[in-house]
Amino acid sequence: MHRSFQSKYTPYLYLSPALILITLVFVYPVFDLIRRSLTKLVDGATTWTGLIAYQNALRDPIFWTSFSNNLRLLISIPILVVLSLIFSSLIFERTGGWRYYRSLIFIPYVLAIPVVGIVFSYILQANGVFNQILRSIGLDSLAREWLGTSATAIWAIMFVVIWKELGFGIVLFLARMSSISEELYDAAKLDGAGWWQQMVYVTIPQMTTVIEFYIIINMITMLSWVFSYVLVMTKGGPGNSTWVLEYFIYQKAFPYSQMQIASAAAVMLLIFAFLLMFMQARLRHQGEGVEG
Amino acid sequence: MKSSNLINFQRLKRLPSGLVKQLALILLSLLTLFPLYFMITNSFKVQDEFFNNLLGLPQNPILGNFTKILQHPNLGRWFFNSILLTTGSVMVSTIIAILAAYAFALMRFPGRDTLFNLITPLMVIPPIVMVIPMFVLFRQLRLVNNPGGPLIIYSGLMLPFTIYLLRNFFVTIPKEIQDAALIDGCTEFQVLTKIYLPLSRPALVTSIIVNAVWVWNELLIALVFLQTEELRTLIVGITTSLQKRFTLDVPSLMAGLAVATIPMIILYIIGQNALVRGLVAGHDK
Repeated sequence: MHRSFQSKYTPYLYLSPALILITLVFVYPVFDLIRRSLTKLVDGATTWTGLIAYQNALRDPIFWTSFSNNLRLLISIPILVVLSLIFSSLIFERTGGWRYYRSLIFIPYVLAIPVVGIVFSYILQANGVFNQILRSIGLDSLAREWLGTSATAIWAIMFVVIWKELGFGIVLFLARMSSISEELYDAAKLDGAGWWQQMVYVTIPQMTTVIEFYIIINMITMLSWVFSYVLVMTKGGPGNSTWVLEYFIYQKAFPYSQMQIASAAAVMLLIFAFLLMFMQARLRHQGEGVEG
Repeated sequence: MKSSNLINFQRLKRLPSGLVKQLALILLSLLTLFPLYFMITNSFKVQDEFFNNLLGLPQNPILGNFTKILQHPNLGRWFFNSILLTTGSVMVSTIIAILAAYAFALMRFPGRDTLFNLITPLMVIPPIVMVIPMFVLFRQLRLVNNPGGPLIIYSGLMLPFTIYLLRNFFVTIPKEIQDAALIDGCTEFQVLTKIYLPLSRPALVTSIIVNAVWVWNELLIALVFLQTEELRTLIVGITTSLQKRFTLDVPSLMAGLAVATIPMIILYIIGQNALVRGLVAGHDK
Protein backbone atom coordinates (compact mmCIF):
# COMPACT_ATOMS: atom_id res chain seq x y z
CA MET A 1 0.00 0.00 0.00
CA HIS A 2 2.89 2.36 0.58
CA ARG A 3 3.87 1.72 -3.00
CA SER A 4 1.90 4.80 -4.06
CA PHE A 5 4.24 6.97 -2.00
CA GLN A 6 7.29 5.57 -3.62
CA SER A 7 8.29 6.01 -7.20
CA LYS A 8 9.58 2.98 -9.04
CA TYR A 9 13.06 4.45 -9.01
CA THR A 10 13.34 5.50 -5.35
CA PRO A 11 14.92 2.22 -4.15
CA TYR A 12 17.59 2.45 -6.82
CA LEU A 13 18.25 6.06 -5.88
CA TYR A 14 18.95 4.94 -2.31
CA LEU A 15 21.03 1.99 -3.45
CA SER A 16 23.06 3.64 -6.19
CA PRO A 17 25.90 5.16 -4.11
CA ALA A 18 26.49 1.78 -2.43
CA LEU A 19 26.24 -0.14 -5.69
CA ILE A 20 28.65 2.22 -7.47
CA LEU A 21 31.22 1.98 -4.69
CA ILE A 22 30.86 -1.79 -4.37
CA THR A 23 31.27 -2.19 -8.12
CA LEU A 24 34.42 -0.06 -8.04
CA VAL A 25 36.01 -1.70 -5.00
CA PHE A 26 34.88 -5.32 -5.28
CA VAL A 27 33.48 -6.19 -8.71
CA TYR A 28 35.86 -4.30 -10.97
CA PRO A 29 39.04 -5.57 -9.25
CA VAL A 30 37.93 -9.20 -9.49
CA PHE A 31 37.28 -8.97 -13.23
CA ASP A 32 40.36 -6.88 -13.88
CA LEU A 33 42.48 -9.37 -11.95
CA ILE A 34 41.17 -12.32 -13.97
CA ARG A 35 41.83 -10.41 -17.21
CA ARG A 36 45.32 -9.46 -16.03
CA SER A 37 46.16 -13.05 -15.15
CA LEU A 38 45.27 -14.27 -18.63
CA THR A 39 46.79 -11.56 -20.81
CA LYS A 40 50.03 -9.71 -21.26
CA LEU A 41 50.94 -6.32 -22.70
CA VAL A 42 53.36 -6.74 -25.60
CA ASP A 43 54.35 -3.51 -27.39
CA GLY A 44 51.22 -1.80 -26.12
CA ALA A 45 48.94 -4.54 -27.42
CA THR A 46 47.10 -6.95 -25.14
CA THR A 47 48.04 -10.53 -25.93
CA TRP A 48 46.20 -13.59 -24.71
CA THR A 49 48.56 -15.82 -22.74
CA GLY A 50 46.17 -18.43 -21.46
CA LEU A 51 47.19 -20.13 -18.24
CA ILE A 52 50.93 -19.48 -18.55
CA ALA A 53 50.96 -17.12 -15.56
CA TYR A 54 49.21 -19.77 -13.48
CA GLN A 55 51.77 -22.36 -14.55
CA ASN A 56 54.57 -19.97 -13.66
CA ALA A 57 53.11 -19.31 -10.26
CA LEU A 58 52.56 -23.03 -9.61
CA ARG A 59 56.12 -23.83 -10.72
CA ASP A 60 57.56 -21.30 -8.31
CA PRO A 61 58.75 -23.19 -5.21
CA ILE A 62 58.12 -20.08 -3.12
CA PHE A 63 54.44 -20.23 -4.09
CA TRP A 64 54.30 -23.67 -2.48
CA THR A 65 56.28 -22.50 0.54
CA SER A 66 53.76 -19.71 0.93
CA PHE A 67 50.76 -21.96 0.49
CA SER A 68 52.10 -24.55 2.90
CA ASN A 69 52.60 -21.82 5.50
CA ASN A 70 48.95 -20.84 5.13
CA LEU A 71 48.09 -24.51 5.67
CA ARG A 72 50.37 -24.66 8.74
CA LEU A 73 48.52 -21.69 10.19
CA LEU A 74 45.30 -23.69 9.95
CA ILE A 75 46.65 -25.78 12.84
CA SER A 76 45.84 -22.81 15.07
CA ILE A 77 42.12 -23.41 14.48
CA PRO A 78 41.62 -26.50 16.67
CA ILE A 79 43.72 -24.76 19.33
CA LEU A 80 41.56 -21.64 19.09
CA VAL A 81 38.33 -23.66 19.25
CA VAL A 82 39.39 -25.67 22.29
CA LEU A 83 40.73 -22.65 24.19
CA SER A 84 37.66 -20.58 23.32
CA LEU A 85 35.37 -23.36 24.55
CA ILE A 86 37.24 -23.79 27.82
CA PHE A 87 37.56 -20.11 28.64
CA SER A 88 34.07 -19.14 27.55
CA SER A 89 32.71 -21.90 29.82
CA LEU A 90 34.79 -20.67 32.75
CA ILE A 91 33.51 -17.14 32.28
CA PHE A 92 29.97 -18.35 31.66
CA GLU A 93 29.99 -20.26 34.96
CA ARG A 94 30.54 -16.93 36.68
CA THR A 95 33.93 -17.99 38.01
CA GLY A 96 34.97 -15.25 40.45
CA GLY A 97 35.93 -12.05 38.65
CA TRP A 98 34.27 -13.13 35.39
CA ARG A 99 33.15 -9.62 34.44
CA TYR A 100 36.71 -8.42 34.75
CA TYR A 101 38.04 -11.35 32.69
CA ARG A 102 35.35 -10.86 30.06
CA SER A 103 36.39 -7.30 29.37
CA LEU A 104 40.11 -8.08 29.44
CA ILE A 105 40.13 -10.92 26.94
CA PHE A 106 38.75 -8.76 24.14
CA ILE A 107 41.46 -6.08 24.35
CA PRO A 108 43.72 -7.71 21.71
CA TYR A 109 40.92 -7.17 19.19
CA VAL A 110 41.34 -3.39 19.21
CA LEU A 111 45.13 -3.41 19.03
CA ALA A 112 46.72 -2.98 15.61
CA ILE A 113 48.47 -6.07 14.23
CA PRO A 114 51.63 -4.03 13.48
CA VAL A 115 51.78 -2.82 17.10
CA VAL A 116 51.22 -6.32 18.45
CA GLY A 117 53.72 -7.76 15.97
CA ILE A 118 56.50 -5.34 16.91
CA VAL A 119 55.97 -5.85 20.64
CA PHE A 120 56.03 -9.63 20.25
CA SER A 121 59.12 -9.53 18.07
CA TYR A 122 60.97 -7.98 21.03
CA ILE A 123 59.43 -10.45 23.46
CA LEU A 124 60.51 -13.38 21.27
CA GLN A 125 64.01 -12.21 20.33
CA ALA A 126 67.22 -13.94 21.45
CA ASN A 127 67.56 -11.99 24.70
CA GLY A 128 63.85 -11.32 24.97
CA VAL A 129 61.54 -11.92 27.87
CA PHE A 130 60.36 -15.28 26.61
CA ASN A 131 63.84 -16.77 26.44
CA GLN A 132 64.73 -15.23 29.81
CA ILE A 133 61.75 -17.03 31.32
CA LEU A 134 62.79 -20.29 29.66
CA ARG A 135 66.34 -19.91 31.03
CA SER A 136 65.12 -19.06 34.50
CA ILE A 137 63.17 -22.31 34.69
CA GLY A 138 66.11 -24.32 33.43
CA LEU A 139 64.98 -24.78 29.83
CA ASP A 140 68.06 -23.09 28.36
CA SER A 141 68.18 -25.57 25.52
CA LEU A 142 64.81 -24.37 24.24
CA ALA A 143 65.79 -20.70 24.16
CA ARG A 144 66.32 -19.41 20.64
CA GLU A 145 65.67 -16.53 18.28
CA TRP A 146 62.08 -17.62 17.74
CA LEU A 147 61.34 -15.40 14.74
CA GLY A 148 64.85 -15.65 13.35
CA THR A 149 64.99 -19.44 13.04
CA SER A 150 63.38 -21.01 9.96
CA ALA A 151 62.10 -23.98 11.90
CA THR A 152 60.22 -21.92 14.49
CA ALA A 153 59.37 -18.59 12.80
CA ILE A 154 55.99 -19.55 11.31
CA TRP A 155 54.97 -21.18 14.61
CA ALA A 156 55.94 -18.05 16.50
CA ILE A 157 53.74 -16.07 14.09
CA MET A 158 50.95 -18.57 14.68
CA PHE A 159 51.25 -18.02 18.42
CA VAL A 160 50.75 -14.28 17.94
CA VAL A 161 47.77 -14.87 15.63
CA ILE A 162 46.20 -17.08 18.33
CA TRP A 163 46.89 -14.41 20.94
CA LYS A 164 45.08 -11.85 18.78
CA GLU A 165 42.15 -14.01 17.65
CA LEU A 166 41.27 -15.87 20.86
CA GLY A 167 39.19 -13.08 22.42
CA PHE A 168 36.74 -13.07 19.52
CA GLY A 169 36.17 -16.81 19.89
CA ILE A 170 35.56 -16.54 23.63
CA VAL A 171 33.12 -13.65 23.24
CA LEU A 172 31.34 -15.36 20.36
CA PHE A 173 30.94 -18.65 22.24
CA LEU A 174 29.90 -16.82 25.38
CA ALA A 175 27.06 -15.13 23.50
CA ARG A 176 25.82 -18.49 22.25
CA MET A 177 26.17 -20.20 25.63
CA SER A 178 23.89 -17.71 27.34
CA SER A 179 21.03 -19.00 25.22
CA ILE A 180 21.53 -22.69 26.01
CA SER A 181 18.69 -23.86 28.24
CA GLU A 182 19.65 -24.23 31.92
CA GLU A 183 17.50 -27.37 32.09
CA LEU A 184 19.96 -29.26 29.91
CA TYR A 185 22.73 -28.61 32.43
CA ASP A 186 20.47 -29.44 35.37
CA ALA A 187 19.56 -32.75 33.77
CA ALA A 188 23.22 -33.53 33.07
CA LYS A 189 24.17 -32.71 36.67
CA LEU A 190 21.40 -34.99 37.95
CA ASP A 191 22.92 -37.74 35.85
CA GLY A 192 26.22 -37.09 37.61
CA ALA A 193 28.04 -35.45 34.71
CA GLY A 194 31.29 -33.70 35.64
CA TRP A 195 32.65 -30.50 34.12
CA TRP A 196 34.24 -32.13 31.09
CA GLN A 197 31.22 -34.36 30.52
CA GLN A 198 28.88 -31.37 30.56
CA MET A 199 31.18 -29.72 28.06
CA VAL A 200 31.25 -32.73 25.73
CA TYR A 201 27.62 -33.87 26.02
CA VAL A 202 25.76 -30.57 26.52
CA THR A 203 27.74 -27.49 25.53
CA ILE A 204 29.47 -28.67 22.37
CA PRO A 205 26.41 -30.33 20.73
CA GLN A 206 24.37 -27.17 21.42
CA MET A 207 27.01 -24.99 19.82
CA THR A 208 27.81 -26.79 16.57
CA THR A 209 26.58 -23.95 14.35
CA VAL A 210 28.59 -21.25 16.05
CA ILE A 211 31.67 -23.49 16.26
CA GLU A 212 31.43 -24.18 12.52
CA PHE A 213 31.05 -20.46 11.88
CA TYR A 214 34.12 -19.71 13.99
CA ILE A 215 36.14 -22.40 12.21
CA ILE A 216 35.32 -21.01 8.78
CA ILE A 217 35.94 -17.40 9.80
CA ASN A 218 39.34 -18.52 11.04
CA MET A 219 40.08 -20.49 7.87
CA ILE A 220 39.46 -17.28 5.96
CA THR A 221 41.68 -15.39 8.40
CA MET A 222 44.57 -17.85 8.14
CA LEU A 223 44.32 -17.84 4.36
CA SER A 224 43.88 -14.19 3.60
CA TRP A 225 44.32 -11.89 6.59
CA VAL A 226 47.80 -12.69 7.90
CA PHE A 227 49.83 -10.34 5.70
CA SER A 228 50.42 -7.73 8.41
CA TYR A 229 51.82 -10.25 10.90
CA VAL A 230 54.35 -11.51 8.38
CA LEU A 231 55.36 -8.08 7.11
CA VAL A 232 55.96 -6.70 10.59
CA MET A 233 57.49 -9.69 12.38
CA THR A 234 59.66 -11.43 9.78
CA LYS A 235 59.32 -9.77 6.35
CA GLY A 236 58.95 -13.31 5.06
CA GLY A 237 62.27 -14.44 6.52
CA PRO A 238 64.48 -16.01 7.50
CA GLY A 239 65.01 -16.94 3.86
CA ASN A 240 61.53 -17.45 2.51
CA SER A 241 60.44 -19.52 5.44
CA THR A 242 57.48 -17.38 6.53
CA TRP A 243 56.04 -16.27 3.19
CA VAL A 244 52.26 -16.67 2.97
CA LEU A 245 50.11 -16.34 -0.16
CA GLU A 246 49.25 -12.69 0.49
CA TYR A 247 52.92 -11.90 0.97
CA PHE A 248 53.75 -13.76 -2.25
CA ILE A 249 51.18 -11.68 -4.16
CA TYR A 250 52.38 -8.45 -2.56
CA GLN A 251 56.04 -9.19 -3.29
CA LYS A 252 55.42 -10.26 -6.88
CA ALA A 253 53.21 -7.24 -7.58
CA PHE A 254 55.23 -4.48 -5.99
CA PRO A 255 58.92 -5.10 -5.39
CA TYR A 256 59.22 -7.53 -8.31
CA SER A 257 56.71 -5.90 -10.71
CA GLN A 258 55.57 -9.32 -11.94
CA MET A 259 51.95 -8.24 -12.08
CA GLN A 260 50.81 -11.19 -14.16
CA ILE A 261 52.08 -13.85 -11.77
CA ALA A 262 50.79 -11.81 -8.84
CA SER A 263 47.37 -11.63 -10.51
CA ALA A 264 47.28 -15.37 -11.18
CA ALA A 265 48.19 -16.10 -7.54
CA ALA A 266 45.56 -13.61 -6.39
CA VAL A 267 42.89 -15.32 -8.51
CA MET A 268 43.82 -18.65 -6.94
CA LEU A 269 43.59 -17.12 -3.46
CA LEU A 270 40.22 -15.67 -4.40
CA ILE A 271 38.98 -19.11 -5.48
CA PHE A 272 39.98 -20.56 -2.10
CA ALA A 273 38.24 -17.71 -0.32
CA PHE A 274 35.08 -18.24 -2.36
CA LEU A 275 35.07 -21.96 -1.62
CA LEU A 276 35.28 -21.22 2.09
CA MET A 277 32.60 -18.57 1.78
CA PHE A 278 30.36 -21.03 -0.01
CA MET A 279 30.83 -23.49 2.85
CA GLN A 280 29.96 -20.77 5.33
CA ALA A 281 26.83 -19.75 3.43
CA ARG A 282 25.69 -23.37 3.33
CA LEU A 283 26.30 -23.82 7.02
CA ARG A 284 24.47 -20.62 7.86
CA HIS A 285 21.59 -21.77 5.72
CA GLN A 286 21.46 -25.13 7.48
CA GLY A 287 21.75 -23.41 10.84
CA GLU A 288 18.82 -21.13 10.09
CA GLY A 289 16.82 -24.10 8.92
CA VAL A 290 17.43 -26.00 12.14
CA GLU A 291 16.78 -23.07 14.42
CA GLY A 292 13.66 -22.03 12.56
CA MET B 1 49.48 -48.56 43.65
CA LYS B 2 45.93 -49.30 42.79
CA SER B 3 44.46 -46.98 45.39
CA SER B 4 46.63 -44.05 44.33
CA ASN B 5 45.40 -44.52 40.78
CA LEU B 6 41.90 -44.41 42.06
CA ILE B 7 42.51 -41.17 43.90
CA ASN B 8 44.03 -39.60 40.81
CA PHE B 9 41.09 -40.70 38.77
CA GLN B 10 38.62 -39.18 41.18
CA ARG B 11 40.58 -35.99 41.32
CA LEU B 12 40.56 -35.86 37.54
CA LYS B 13 36.82 -36.30 37.50
CA ARG B 14 36.32 -33.35 39.81
CA LEU B 15 38.68 -31.12 37.85
CA PRO B 16 38.73 -28.30 37.20
CA SER B 17 38.04 -27.20 40.74
CA GLY B 18 37.43 -23.57 41.61
CA LEU B 19 41.12 -22.97 42.16
CA VAL B 20 42.15 -24.45 38.83
CA LYS B 21 39.49 -22.42 37.01
CA GLN B 22 40.64 -19.26 38.70
CA LEU B 23 44.29 -20.03 37.87
CA ALA B 24 43.43 -20.70 34.24
CA LEU B 25 41.66 -17.36 33.91
CA ILE B 26 44.44 -15.50 35.70
CA LEU B 27 47.00 -17.06 33.37
CA LEU B 28 44.92 -16.07 30.34
CA SER B 29 44.62 -12.49 31.62
CA LEU B 30 48.35 -12.26 32.24
CA LEU B 31 49.10 -13.55 28.76
CA THR B 32 46.56 -11.14 27.26
CA LEU B 33 47.89 -8.14 29.12
CA PHE B 34 51.58 -8.96 28.98
CA PRO B 35 52.37 -7.33 25.60
CA LEU B 36 50.59 -4.16 26.73
CA TYR B 37 52.46 -4.23 30.03
CA PHE B 38 55.73 -4.76 28.17
CA MET B 39 55.03 -1.87 25.80
CA ILE B 40 53.95 0.59 28.48
CA THR B 41 56.51 -0.16 31.20
CA ASN B 42 59.42 -0.14 28.76
CA SER B 43 58.31 3.14 27.21
CA PHE B 44 59.14 4.79 30.58
CA LYS B 45 62.62 3.28 30.91
CA VAL B 46 65.99 4.64 29.87
CA GLN B 47 67.95 2.53 27.38
CA ASP B 48 70.29 0.97 29.96
CA GLU B 49 67.44 -0.01 32.19
CA PHE B 50 65.66 -1.64 29.29
CA PHE B 51 68.57 -4.03 28.84
CA ASN B 52 69.01 -4.78 32.53
CA ASN B 53 65.41 -4.80 33.64
CA LEU B 54 63.24 -6.13 30.84
CA LEU B 55 60.38 -7.36 32.93
CA GLY B 56 60.10 -5.12 35.95
CA LEU B 57 58.42 -1.80 36.46
CA PRO B 58 60.63 1.18 35.57
CA GLN B 59 62.93 2.02 38.49
CA ASN B 60 63.26 5.65 37.50
CA PRO B 61 60.36 6.31 35.15
CA ILE B 62 61.12 8.98 32.56
CA LEU B 63 59.00 10.78 29.98
CA GLY B 64 61.97 11.33 27.68
CA ASN B 65 60.98 8.60 25.23
CA PHE B 66 57.61 10.22 24.72
CA THR B 67 59.08 13.68 24.19
CA LYS B 68 61.57 12.16 21.75
CA ILE B 69 58.78 10.45 19.81
CA LEU B 70 56.53 13.50 19.88
CA GLN B 71 59.38 15.56 18.44
CA HIS B 72 59.56 13.27 15.44
CA PRO B 73 58.90 15.63 12.53
CA ASN B 74 56.12 13.53 11.03
CA LEU B 75 54.39 12.01 14.02
CA GLY B 76 51.83 14.79 14.43
CA ARG B 77 51.11 14.68 10.74
CA TRP B 78 50.67 10.90 10.75
CA PHE B 79 48.34 11.16 13.71
CA PHE B 80 46.32 13.83 11.92
CA ASN B 81 46.25 11.75 8.70
CA SER B 82 44.94 8.74 10.61
CA ILE B 83 42.25 10.78 12.35
CA LEU B 84 41.19 12.36 9.06
CA LEU B 85 41.16 9.12 7.09
CA THR B 86 39.35 7.20 9.84
CA THR B 87 36.62 9.79 10.44
CA GLY B 88 36.26 10.58 6.74
CA SER B 89 35.94 7.03 5.47
CA VAL B 90 33.75 5.86 8.36
CA MET B 91 31.44 8.83 7.77
CA VAL B 92 31.18 8.31 4.01
CA SER B 93 30.69 4.58 4.39
CA THR B 94 28.08 4.92 7.14
CA ILE B 95 25.96 7.43 5.18
CA ILE B 96 26.03 5.33 2.02
CA ALA B 97 25.29 2.16 4.01
CA ILE B 98 22.34 3.78 5.80
CA LEU B 99 20.68 4.62 2.48
CA ALA B 100 21.26 1.14 1.07
CA ALA B 101 20.23 -0.63 4.28
CA TYR B 102 17.00 1.37 4.37
CA ALA B 103 16.19 0.35 0.80
CA PHE B 104 16.97 -3.30 1.55
CA ALA B 105 14.94 -3.31 4.76
CA LEU B 106 11.90 -1.20 3.89
CA MET B 107 11.39 -0.79 0.17
CA ARG B 108 10.01 -3.31 -2.27
CA PHE B 109 11.71 -3.74 -5.59
CA PRO B 110 12.56 -6.65 -7.89
CA GLY B 111 15.77 -8.49 -7.05
CA ARG B 112 16.02 -7.01 -3.56
CA ASP B 113 16.83 -10.18 -1.64
CA THR B 114 19.11 -11.58 -4.32
CA LEU B 115 21.11 -8.37 -4.35
CA PHE B 116 21.35 -8.30 -0.56
CA ASN B 117 22.50 -11.91 -0.50
CA LEU B 118 25.17 -11.09 -3.06
CA ILE B 119 26.55 -8.17 -1.05
CA THR B 120 27.07 -9.82 2.34
CA PRO B 121 29.53 -12.55 1.24
CA LEU B 122 31.83 -9.85 -0.19
CA MET B 123 33.11 -9.45 3.37
CA VAL B 124 35.40 -12.44 2.93
CA ILE B 125 37.26 -11.24 -0.20
CA PRO B 126 40.91 -10.82 0.80
CA PRO B 127 41.98 -7.17 0.54
CA ILE B 128 45.22 -8.15 -1.22
CA VAL B 129 43.05 -9.23 -4.16
CA MET B 130 41.75 -5.70 -4.68
CA VAL B 131 45.08 -4.02 -4.22
CA ILE B 132 46.65 -4.75 -7.62
CA PRO B 133 43.78 -3.63 -9.88
CA MET B 134 42.99 -0.64 -7.67
CA PHE B 135 46.62 0.42 -7.61
CA VAL B 136 46.88 0.40 -11.42
CA LEU B 137 43.56 2.21 -11.80
CA PHE B 138 44.26 4.79 -9.09
CA ARG B 139 47.70 5.54 -10.49
CA GLN B 140 46.00 6.61 -13.71
CA LEU B 141 43.44 8.64 -11.78
CA ARG B 142 46.18 10.28 -9.67
CA LEU B 143 44.70 8.75 -6.54
CA VAL B 144 47.94 7.12 -5.40
CA ASN B 145 49.72 9.28 -2.82
CA ASN B 146 46.44 11.08 -2.39
CA PRO B 147 44.36 10.53 0.76
CA GLY B 148 41.28 10.33 -1.49
CA GLY B 149 42.47 6.94 -2.77
CA PRO B 150 42.40 4.99 0.51
CA LEU B 151 39.33 6.98 1.56
CA ILE B 152 37.41 5.54 -1.40
CA ILE B 153 38.77 2.01 -0.87
CA TYR B 154 38.10 1.94 2.88
CA SER B 155 34.59 3.34 2.41
CA GLY B 156 33.87 0.61 -0.11
CA LEU B 157 35.42 -2.23 1.86
CA MET B 158 33.36 -1.37 4.95
CA LEU B 159 30.04 -1.32 3.07
CA PRO B 160 29.09 -5.04 3.08
CA PHE B 161 29.47 -5.35 6.88
CA THR B 162 27.76 -2.02 7.60
CA ILE B 163 24.86 -2.62 5.22
CA TYR B 164 24.39 -6.12 6.67
CA LEU B 165 24.37 -4.88 10.26
CA LEU B 166 22.09 -1.88 9.68
CA ARG B 167 19.64 -3.69 7.43
CA ASN B 168 19.25 -6.45 10.02
CA PHE B 169 18.58 -3.79 12.66
CA PHE B 170 16.10 -1.86 10.50
CA VAL B 171 13.96 -4.96 9.90
CA THR B 172 13.46 -5.34 13.66
CA ILE B 173 11.70 -1.95 13.83
CA PRO B 174 7.93 -2.43 13.33
CA LYS B 175 7.01 -1.62 9.76
CA GLU B 176 3.77 0.08 10.88
CA ILE B 177 5.88 3.03 11.95
CA GLN B 178 7.00 3.57 8.37
CA ASP B 179 3.48 3.14 6.99
CA ALA B 180 1.97 5.55 9.51
CA ALA B 181 4.58 8.20 8.83
CA LEU B 182 4.14 7.89 5.06
CA ILE B 183 0.37 8.27 5.43
CA ASP B 184 0.94 11.37 7.54
CA GLY B 185 2.73 12.85 4.56
CA CYS B 186 6.37 12.22 5.41
CA THR B 187 8.69 11.46 2.52
CA GLU B 188 10.78 8.29 2.63
CA PHE B 189 13.80 10.41 3.39
CA GLN B 190 12.07 12.00 6.36
CA VAL B 191 11.01 8.58 7.64
CA LEU B 192 14.63 7.49 7.47
CA THR B 193 16.22 10.54 9.07
CA LYS B 194 13.52 11.46 11.61
CA ILE B 195 12.37 7.99 12.71
CA TYR B 196 14.72 5.19 11.74
CA LEU B 197 18.06 6.82 12.49
CA PRO B 198 17.20 7.90 16.06
CA LEU B 199 15.81 4.42 16.74
CA SER B 200 18.93 2.76 15.33
CA ARG B 201 21.48 4.42 17.56
CA PRO B 202 22.83 1.15 19.07
CA ALA B 203 23.45 -0.41 15.66
CA LEU B 204 25.01 2.79 14.34
CA VAL B 205 27.35 3.08 17.32
CA THR B 206 28.41 -0.55 16.88
CA SER B 207 29.16 -0.25 13.19
CA ILE B 208 31.01 3.04 13.63
CA ILE B 209 33.25 1.61 16.36
CA VAL B 210 33.99 -1.66 14.53
CA ASN B 211 34.82 0.24 11.35
CA ALA B 212 36.89 2.92 13.06
CA VAL B 213 39.04 0.28 14.77
CA TRP B 214 39.56 -1.43 11.45
CA VAL B 215 40.56 1.67 9.48
CA TRP B 216 42.81 3.05 12.21
CA ASN B 217 44.71 -0.26 12.41
CA GLU B 218 44.81 -1.09 8.68
CA LEU B 219 48.25 -1.64 7.18
CA LEU B 220 48.23 -3.06 3.65
CA ILE B 221 46.13 -0.48 1.79
CA ALA B 222 47.64 2.47 3.63
CA LEU B 223 51.12 1.12 2.87
CA VAL B 224 50.51 0.66 -0.85
CA PHE B 225 48.46 3.76 -1.60
CA LEU B 226 50.21 6.34 0.60
CA GLN B 227 53.91 6.01 -0.09
CA THR B 228 55.25 9.45 0.74
CA GLU B 229 56.46 10.06 4.27
CA GLU B 230 54.09 13.00 4.99
CA LEU B 231 50.99 11.17 3.79
CA ARG B 232 51.43 8.01 5.88
CA THR B 233 48.98 6.94 8.53
CA LEU B 234 50.18 6.54 12.10
CA ILE B 235 50.25 2.74 11.94
CA VAL B 236 52.24 2.70 8.69
CA GLY B 237 54.55 5.45 9.92
CA ILE B 238 55.23 3.54 13.11
CA THR B 239 55.84 0.23 11.37
CA THR B 240 57.96 1.51 8.50
CA SER B 241 59.88 4.56 9.68
CA LEU B 242 59.96 4.20 13.44
CA GLN B 243 60.63 0.47 13.48
CA LYS B 244 63.74 1.08 11.34
CA ARG B 245 64.86 4.26 13.05
CA PHE B 246 64.53 3.07 16.62
CA THR B 247 65.66 -0.56 16.26
CA LEU B 248 68.31 0.10 18.88
CA ASP B 249 66.21 2.48 20.96
CA VAL B 250 63.46 0.10 21.97
CA PRO B 251 62.00 2.27 24.77
CA SER B 252 61.33 5.09 22.28
CA LEU B 253 59.81 2.65 19.80
CA MET B 254 57.54 1.36 22.59
CA ALA B 255 56.53 4.93 23.39
CA GLY B 256 55.59 5.39 19.71
CA LEU B 257 53.52 2.21 19.74
CA ALA B 258 51.81 3.34 22.94
CA VAL B 259 50.88 6.67 21.31
CA ALA B 260 49.36 4.79 18.36
CA THR B 261 47.42 2.50 20.67
CA ILE B 262 45.96 5.02 23.11
CA PRO B 263 43.07 6.14 20.85
CA MET B 264 41.96 2.52 20.38
CA ILE B 265 42.13 1.79 24.11
CA ILE B 266 39.99 4.87 24.78
CA LEU B 267 37.53 3.76 22.10
CA TYR B 268 37.46 0.29 23.67
CA ILE B 269 36.73 1.65 27.13
CA ILE B 270 33.90 3.81 25.80
CA GLY B 271 32.40 1.37 23.34
CA GLN B 272 33.29 -2.08 24.60
CA ASN B 273 29.72 -3.29 24.87
CA ALA B 274 28.65 -1.91 21.51
CA LEU B 275 31.71 -3.48 19.91
CA VAL B 276 31.11 -6.92 21.36
CA ARG B 277 27.40 -6.77 20.58
CA GLY B 278 28.08 -5.95 16.94
CA LEU B 279 30.67 -8.64 16.41
CA VAL B 280 28.57 -11.44 17.81
CA ALA B 281 25.32 -10.15 16.26
CA GLY B 282 23.16 -13.02 15.10
CA HIS B 283 25.30 -15.77 16.63
CA ASP B 284 23.67 -16.05 20.02
CA LYS B 285 20.94 -18.39 18.85
